[in-house]
Amino acid sequence: MARTITIDPITRLEGHGKIEIFLDDAGGVEDCYFQIPELRGFERFVVGRPIEELPRIVTRICGVCPASHHMAGAKAVDGCFGGQIAPLAVKLRDMYYQAHYIHSHIAHFYALAAPDFICGPDADPSVRNILGVVAKVGLEIGGEVIRARSKAQRIQQILGGKTTHLVWCIPGGVSKGLKREELDEIRPLCDQLFEFTQFSLGLFKKVILENPEYVEMILKGPYTLDVQNMGLVDENNAPNFYDGTVRVVDFEGRELYRYRPAEYMDFVAEHVEPWTYLKFPYLKKRGWKGFVEGIDSSLYCATPLSRLNVADRMATPAAQEAFQEMFSTLGGKPCKALMAQHWARLVEMVQNAETLQKYCADPGITGDEFRVIPDRITGEGIGIVEAMRGTLTHHYTCDKKGICTSANLIVGTTNNNAPIHMVTKKAARSLIRPGVEPTSGILNRIEMAFRAFDPCFSCATHSLPGQMPLEVRIHKGGEVRWIFKRP
Amino acid sequence: MAGKKLQIALYWGSACGGCDVAVLDTDEFILEVAALADIRLWPIAADGKYADVEAMADGELDLTLFNGAVRNSENEHIAKLLRRKSKLLVAFGSCAHMGGIPGLANQVTREEIFERAYLNNPSIEAGNVTIPSPRTRVNGRELVIPQLYRRVYKLDDVVPVDYYVPGCPPAPDQVKTVIQAIAAGALPQKGSVVGASERAVCDDCARIKKEKKVKRFFRPWEIRQDPELCLLEQGILCAGSVTRSGCGVRCPNSGMPCRGCYGPGPNVRDQGAKLLSAVASIVDSRDPEEIDRILDGIPDFMNYAYRFGLPASLLQRRFR
Amino acid sequence: MGFEPRIVGFLCNWCSYTGADLAGTSRVPYAPSIRVIRVMCSARVDPTFVLRCLSEGADGVLVCGCHPGDCHYSEGNYKALRRMALLKRLVRDFGIEEERVRLEWVSASEGKRFADVVDDMTRKIRELGPSKVRAALAADRAER
Repeated sequence: MARTITIDPITRLEGHGKIEIFLDDAGGVEDCYFQIPELRGFERFVVGRPIEELPRIVTRICGVCPASHHMAGAKAVDGCFGGQIAPLAVKLRDMYYQAHYIHSHIAHFYALAAPDFICGPDADPSVRNILGVVAKVGLEIGGEVIRARSKAQRIQQILGGKTTHLVWCIPGGVSKGLKREELDEIRPLCDQLFEFTQFSLGLFKKVILENPEYVEMILKGPYTLDVQNMGLVDENNAPNFYDGTVRVVDFEGRELYRYRPAEYMDFVAEHVEPWTYLKFPYLKKRGWKGFVEGIDSSLYCATPLSRLNVADRMATPAAQEAFQEMFSTLGGKPCKALMAQHWARLVEMVQNAETLQKYCADPGITGDEFRVIPDRITGEGIGIVEAMRGTLTHHYTCDKKGICTSANLIVGTTNNNAPIHMVTKKAARSLIRPGVEPTSGILNRIEMAFRAFDPCFSCATHSLPGQMPLEVRIHKGGEVRWIFKRP
Repeated sequence: MAGKKLQIALYWGSACGGCDVAVLDTDEFILEVAALADIRLWPIAADGKYADVEAMADGELDLTLFNGAVRNSENEHIAKLLRRKSKLLVAFGSCAHMGGIPGLANQVTREEIFERAYLNNPSIEAGNVTIPSPRTRVNGRELVIPQLYRRVYKLDDVVPVDYYVPGCPPAPDQVKTVIQAIAAGALPQKGSVVGASERAVCDDCARIKKEKKVKRFFRPWEIRQDPELCLLEQGILCAGSVTRSGCGVRCPNSGMPCRGCYGPGPNVRDQGAKLLSAVASIVDSRDPEEIDRILDGIPDFMNYAYRFGLPASLLQRRFR
Repeated sequence: MGFEPRIVGFLCNWCSYTGADLAGTSRVPYAPSIRVIRVMCSARVDPTFVLRCLSEGADGVLVCGCHPGDCHYSEGNYKALRRMALLKRLVRDFGIEEERVRLEWVSASEGKRFADVVDDMTRKIRELGPSKVRAALAADRAER
């Protein structure tokens, strides 16, 4: 009997979403939709605000990666002030950002993702969470994990004055520097975090790679897509999370594009569907081709795995070792197995920790020149960073008085909207068998498809449509047969 | 209640997840929470679904911490559902308390936002005329997404609220204090703000305050600030005098002015009106023209007055 | 058009309220649009009062005080001057027309002036039309 299974809300991610699975009469999956029900309107309501306020408003796009928006926004604001910024501020911002990455990656891996692997995908929903993980691994390890994330937060608190929704970046630099005694407090925390990244990789190998069922899930499960990859790289084609050039590589390893932030509009465009508030970015030069995979697909992922797929190497030594081990285990790069994102996240953390240690050893890091007073307003800036969840673009314009006249954002998770929609459908089709009532474990395994992306749908749905002229498109047989419009 | 675990829910409306991270930032305290409570719904971290909540008896939840504003029909629907199922409903964080940053959308219309998001936008697919709709029919099936409201509401605009925990996000220490108080049944009268001080941020700010007489207001990037001296005295607009303390003065301690996220003090109906009085009182002039010149140094005053509390203000939104 | 504006007036006790009284005792006619609230000084007018009036549908709010230099409490009217300057900007930011919020100096002997002010404000607001505030807030609520 034709019916619908609704997973609502999807859980263990940031933001709102639901999955609608349409079953045909035999109980097989006829279709599957990944819908995002939320929007807020940041791109519109920041217009008219003093431009220096935007970095502290846009942090509220996301409370898990607020520093991503703060930094991307700050870079866009830097552009509006003719690029005037104290060099020490760039280092300090990058240093903060590494700690921010670690907090978020720990939160995602241990609190959001690990329950599926440590408690098991079919565990009772009431224990399939961070508390269930702690119950399984014990208080000692559980405490270690909690303390590690706390250390990453503490580093941010000391360096930038605040963790969630920091207010630190200002045209010309940052509002506070790092004092000697503050550095002395941070240094051991950075070393301890490096150790923790090694521990995490070890745990991943033990819990996941030594479990044949999980290895099969990663390498042979329905969680793969033939789409392209995007990430920020430095001049050595190593990942740089704060700054760099955007590189797009296809799933067979060919570089398709390289672009500077100023050129983003030539390379990425967004498609709209009526059944979700979230837009679908795609590679503009190839045009929107629908939800299709393949070597000519205009769809791409922007995720930790994508960042490592587009990179030729890591920027730091221990991370490089972890990078090489990961890809040799997975059978080369680029890797299309989307579950490997969980691993990629842990490899990135190693570079984050090593970069922190590098800054701790920089004698100039405690300097006083963390701000310049800008003397001109040039009116436009584009800032791109890698949010933990994908390439994040903030594009602002302002008038001569520094009042915002426009904002355009392409957000980390939004890049992955089409891939998430497609892999969810693949997982549903593969896991739901006609005639077999899907268990909560099966439905959870369908959710595991998006969860690997560490999505952030509050990020993704910054912009707001509202009630509007209504257009209804009736699809039949794969084409649009009727369009009804209400003005 | 002895021997029986508390049944709790943490939920988000139009939110960013920062309040949920604030709960995680209580660090090991989360393990104490696990010992004394069953978390029945917490979408960021646990697998409870709406169907599980619908199946509960009324009042089965001892406590719901609701963060996020009310922006669409789903936010309101779940707020009402959780109100029925909860003995105590707490508006957690600025958005639930006052509308928060999403509340800034009350300055624009839905139509304007829609136009910017889906039609008049440099990144949108050329020639796009499609816009999302609450109901879409596809192959004889219906796909539904919530209806967006014309404006943003705070939580107590749609359901009665028992307590308010302010902050964007609430400081983790305060989160701990609040949960411990609830577990112990040690709460003040209903309708109170908890997890915050009765004093203003200024009272807890260590900067030196002498006399405030301002001939010129400066944007934060325009001048080198004296890190020891009150920001407002230096002509940098700061809302500390009209904002509840409890946040740890995090922003002025970072070298940046307070923007009011903990909301107004006790018995204040409109935080922005108070900021207006405070700012007007330090303008150092009696001459109407000079006053105007000095006030020209504050562009867009509305957004300093109501950065976190536009839906909670007397006027609530812009009118066209 | 042709609606009768409802204007709330905050008049200071020493000068402007007395001036308004004088308009009455002198039988100077003026538009019946104003609802007067006597305060001891124009500085007593908290911006919250004005915002509350507007939020509850007042078509206009008039604040009257003593002329500069004549304030019974020396400085009060200057405080009101600064406050009202900023308040007018805020009200404009809210999308409410500037003419709806007004500050005037009226002395105890200026009965005629008070009448002229009220007539002028009433005429301007009649042109603008009724306050949109209550209807808009009600329309918001109605869709839920």
